[in-house]
Amino acid sequence: MAEAVHGAHAHHFDDAVQQREAATLGMWIFLVTEVMFFGGLFTAYVTYRALYPDAFAHASHHLDVVLGTFNTAVLITSSLTMALAVYAAQVGRRGRLVACLCLTALLGATFLVVKVFEYAEKFEHHLVPGPAFSWPETAEAPNVQLFYSLYFAMTGLHALHMVIGLGILTWLILGARRGRFGPAYATPVEVSGLYWHFVDIVWIFLFPLLYLIGRH
Amino acid sequence: MSTHVIAPRVYVGIFLALMVFTALTTWVAFIDLGPLNVVIMLVIAFLKASLVVLFFMHARYESQLTRVTIVAAVFWLFVLIVISASDVFMRARPEALPLGIGARSAVMGPG
Amino acid sequence: MESARRVDYLNVDYGVRSWLLTTDHKRIALLYLVSITIMFMIGGLSAVAIRLELLTPAGDLLQADNYNKLFTMHGVVMVFFFLIPSIPAVLGNFLLPLMIGARDVAFPRLNLLSWYVFVTGGLVTLFGMITGGADTGWTFYTPYSTAAATTKVIPVALGVFINGFSSILTGLNFIVTIHTLRAPGLRWFRLPLFVWTHYATSIIFILGTPVIAITLALVGLERGFHIGIFDPALGGDPVLFQHLFWFYSHPAVYIMILPSMGVISELVTCFARKKLYGYTVVAGASFAIAFLGFLVWGHHMFTSSQTILSGLIFSFLSMAVAIPSAVKVFNWTATLYRGSIAWSAPMLYALGFIGLFTIGGLTGIMLASTGLDVHVHDTYFIVAHFHYIMVGGAIMGYLGGLHYWWPKITGRMYPEPLARIAGLIVFLGFNLTFFPQFVLGYLGMPRRYHAYPEEFQVLNVFSTAGASVLGVGYLLPLLYFTWSLRYGERAPANPWGATGLEWQTSSPPPTENFAVTPVVTQDAYDYHEAAAPVSEVLVRG
Repeated sequence: MAEAVHGAHAHHFDDAVQQREAATLGMWIFLVTEVMFFGGLFTAYVTYRALYPDAFAHASHHLDVVLGTFNTAVLITSSLTMALAVYAAQVGRRGRLVACLCLTALLGATFLVVKVFEYAEKFEHHLVPGPAFSWPETAEAPNVQLFYSLYFAMTGLHALHMVIGLGILTWLILGARRGRFGPAYATPVEVSGLYWHFVDIVWIFLFPLLYLIGRH
Repeated sequence: MSTHVIAPRVYVGIFLALMVFTALTTWVAFIDLGPLNVVIMLVIAFLKASLVVLFFMHARYESQLTRVTIVAAVFWLFVLIVISASDVFMRARPEALPLGIGARSAVMGPG
Repeated sequence: MESARRVDYLNVDYGVRSWLLTTDHKRIALLYLVSITIMFMIGGLSAVAIRLELLTPAGDLLQADNYNKLFTMHGVVMVFFFLIPSIPAVLGNFLLPLMIGARDVAFPRLNLLSWYVFVTGGLVTLFGMITGGADTGWTFYTPYSTAAATTKVIPVALGVFINGFSSILTGLNFIVTIHTLRAPGLRWFRLPLFVWTHYATSIIFILGTPVIAITLALVGLERGFHIGIFDPALGGDPVLFQHLFWFYSHPAVYIMILPSMGVISELVTCFARKKLYGYTVVAGASFAIAFLGFLVWGHHMFTSSQTILSGLIFSFLSMAVAIPSAVKVFNWTATLYRGSIAWSAPMLYALGFIGLFTIGGLTGIMLASTGLDVHVHDTYFIVAHFHYIMVGGAIMGYLGGLHYWWPKITGRMYPEPLARIAGLIVFLGFNLTFFPQFVLGYLGMPRRYHAYPEEFQVLNVFSTAGASVLGVGYLLPLLYFTWSLRYGERAPANPWGATGLEWQTSSPPPTENFAVTPVVTQDAYDYHEAAAPVSEVLVRG
């Protein structure tokens, strides 16, 4: 794609507007595939939560609500900074753009650090599925292990998307510092923003579904 | 479709709403409302997601085609989850089947 | 005539780098053509082994375990690495920009990436097969695939997983291309049906492929990391795997047939010299097939112990999805009626498609009836049914399209008389291979068995004989297409006198497709009754 800040475009497009429309539509369609990708996991979750509500509730209690809520707040804030980065690109404020992108990346990294702590804690308490798994109430232990299988699969896949998001942000920061993005060419920032917000939306659902079952 | 620019104060407003909803959903989780807990939790999650889609992702200002794309994704996700989950659930809980339709197919034998 | 050679997309640049780093959709289509043909041959070889084993009732050629690996290889390679990409990645990539008057697809570099992803997936799966192979069948059912199988399930499934992203990139590219890059005047209802069917196919790529991706990933996670989503010991349910698997794999069969239907619409109109009967209805039917196709997956699970309620609903919807397909068959037939028919090789494939797809479709309606399906599930009746659709349908469309657009793609004519003979050989060989299998299945011969009772041998011998004939029929185009590259008569821009923007540019086209962006003023298939019949326009009569 053309890199100039003056509305140039790739040869197969008629103009920069057409190019931007194509890129935006392309990213939305990609996000549809992501919805269906996570959808398989949500299907399994809904099924088994309906079948084993008590085991799932007990399993969920072991997750740290404080950390979960904190992480939710971190991600929502990172969506704000990402949206502000898009604004900065659209109005040509290069310094602000770089700052907002860096903040977004920092918040994303914070999220992942918290997750590392959480995973380590699960490992210590023998809640990682497999031969090392152990749960005091033996009757519901299999279903609890099922919950944790879903927990690791869903948050793991989400974390993988965050890591990729951090990679994209790094690329954006490098480009932003060189002045590649501005009012005539903000598309990569806009389109990456769509991806980042999607990852936030997945967590918006994961948090209550995994952390807040039967907490009363 | 033009490049619509949303003012930062709108973003901040949405952000504050999202934070309030997050606090709300955590707080409500600790109150016993029976089956209503799940309903409230899902409603709040959908509201938060909608705010992100409409404003952070600019969907409010995008083309008809984008809106159709979003609706299609939600629709087919719904189809996948509802049909698969309900079948697997009703396999294990035949008493939940509507109209008393038997859970076991004839080829599996009686009982 | 040896006039100065015009510069076209083939001779504009030479060398391996100009091919492996190309972003020209036409060159990418050819890269796909080569790799898909290789995969077809691998899938075909495994079919040869299967049919050789089945010549005799005893399991004497192969041990049961190795037989299981062979039918797994046949299914995985043919479904994921041949049928699903074939028409979209080869003909779709080549023709879509041309048909809409564009210079390329919307994302040319993603297009090239999709090919590399395809090749990577193929290599990973082939690596799995060479180092031992999987024996789960292409359906990877749990708990066998997750717990009991000791074979190379993970690399084989991983290759399929990777390949899924190739499909997704292709579908994404096509949808955006069709929306944003149409030439001036090319309104939606002026588009060729080939474009409509590829749009519908792309929707299926987008919505369905990610679901099988996550499902296979979960199989791998369960095998490798004890993430036991389908594990009954933890309260998991193997039927959930089947729901997730078939949610994609049923629409996948529409991925395989819709592009082929698009080809048939192009062939039938050109070689009957008539505009398509009921254009709008046929376009709508493409979307109806895609939509309804997502709602019928449970008809693969009638005997799985899914609830009878689900069985009822899926059975009803499976009958419904036949309607738009039948509508297309009626409309093609109505197009042929009172048309000026030319019996060219592409037309022979199109006619073969219509007949064989009808048989496949009718047997599909039989199978939609739960009571009947319970009787023939997992027998050769099913095998015959889907081969009528996939081989009698999809592959006939692919071959017909290859012949029809070969002059455009290569600038050469293939030898027409030989092509017609090959088409007849394919048709005869196909029917001899698969019709006996309907009978075998109905009489009770199970699928995926390498030994069978004596009384089934005669029909199996017919089937293997047919497969040999079919093999010859497939080999001939490989030979004469290759021959034509050097010795075939040079093709004019429009050897068939067809409508469509792709025929308004040279054969082969220049890299940028059109010297000047065309402006469209007419509807599709604007054939006039007064126009010369094809036989007068054909280079060879």
